Amino acid sequence: MEKTFKKPQSLRDISTHYCPGCGHGIAHRLIAEVVDELEIRERVIGVAPVGCAVIAYDYWDFDCSEAAHGRALAVATGIKRVRPQNIIFTYQGDGDLAAIGTNETIHAANRGENVTVIFINNAIYGMTGGQMAPTTLLAQKTVTSPEGRQERLHGYPLKISEILASLRAVKYVERVSLDSPKEIIEAKKAVKLAFQNQIDNIGFSLVEILSPCPTYWDMSPKEAMDWIRDVMAKEFPLGRIK
Amino acid sequence: MAKIVINREKCKGCLLCISFCPKGLIGLDKDLNRRGIKPVKFSRQANLNKGGTPPKAEKETSDCIGCSMCAIICPDCCIEVYK
Repeated sequence: MEKTFKKPQSLRDISTHYCPGCGHGIAHRLIAEVVDELEIRERVIGVAPVGCAVIAYDYWDFDCSEAAHGRALAVATGIKRVRPQNIIFTYQGDGDLAAIGTNETIHAANRGENVTVIFINNAIYGMTGGQMAPTTLLAQKTVTSPEGRQERLHGYPLKISEILASLRAVKYVERVSLDSPKEIIEAKKAVKLAFQNQIDNIGFSLVEILSPCPTYWDMSPKEAMDWIRDVMAKEFPLGRIK
Repeated sequence: MAKIVINREKCKGCLLCISFCPKGLIGLDKDLNRRGIKPVKFSRQANLNKGGTPPKAEKETSDCIGCSMCAIICPDCCIEVYK
């Protein structure tokens, strides 16, 4: 019998600290698989965010850096400019990329830095206990919006991918989901293209991944997957944006 | 004939693999792992989770087609597939 599916080499064989059913584990694996397939393990440098994925560097078996909250793209800019031969990617959540780091994100994208951004959107702050994020959906209940998000009080869900796609220097933006094996395969293709763009010097590439947070959505892991497909993907439509 | 191997110590019991197995060949282990969680098991008994309904007829694990759906959805990379 031949082994047809195994752990990618770039992923360490240790247990993650994520909750059962969390999408970060899947996203970590996709990145590790892409790094293996493109054979860039010796060249790649990841920039970990602040958020649930703050110790992502413990799980990937390649070089990583840590950034202050929201500043992953600023750190990535510095690394890429000093070491242009390396492949730099940032791995950021919605609280990191779309809230505290909006400034760094928009300006790095506007400068057209040749880096890859993996943006994990789970519509909530996971690490700090389930508070409302800019990407939280209308009427979604969180600990800081117990009656649901209301547009008059809290505004609308921030669609950072569409905002970034409107910038001239941004070359590739795609939104994918982790809600089923089929979508995960699509997500991997998008992640691979985003890395390939950087290798080919095309420019700023961003992949937004809709990811489940069963713990703070107060759902079972399967219900969270269904909720992404039925509710979240309606507000954040999947597909290539640019 | 295909088969899967589950790392029961890494399993966190999210049960996503059970939901996505098209053949219903993954069930719950009756013993706890070191985390104190009931991990999943590649088992003949198509178990379970839907509201604790009793298992239907016993199924042979030789029905496994090696589609890797369980391994692709597993957030903790606990499943290896052989074909």
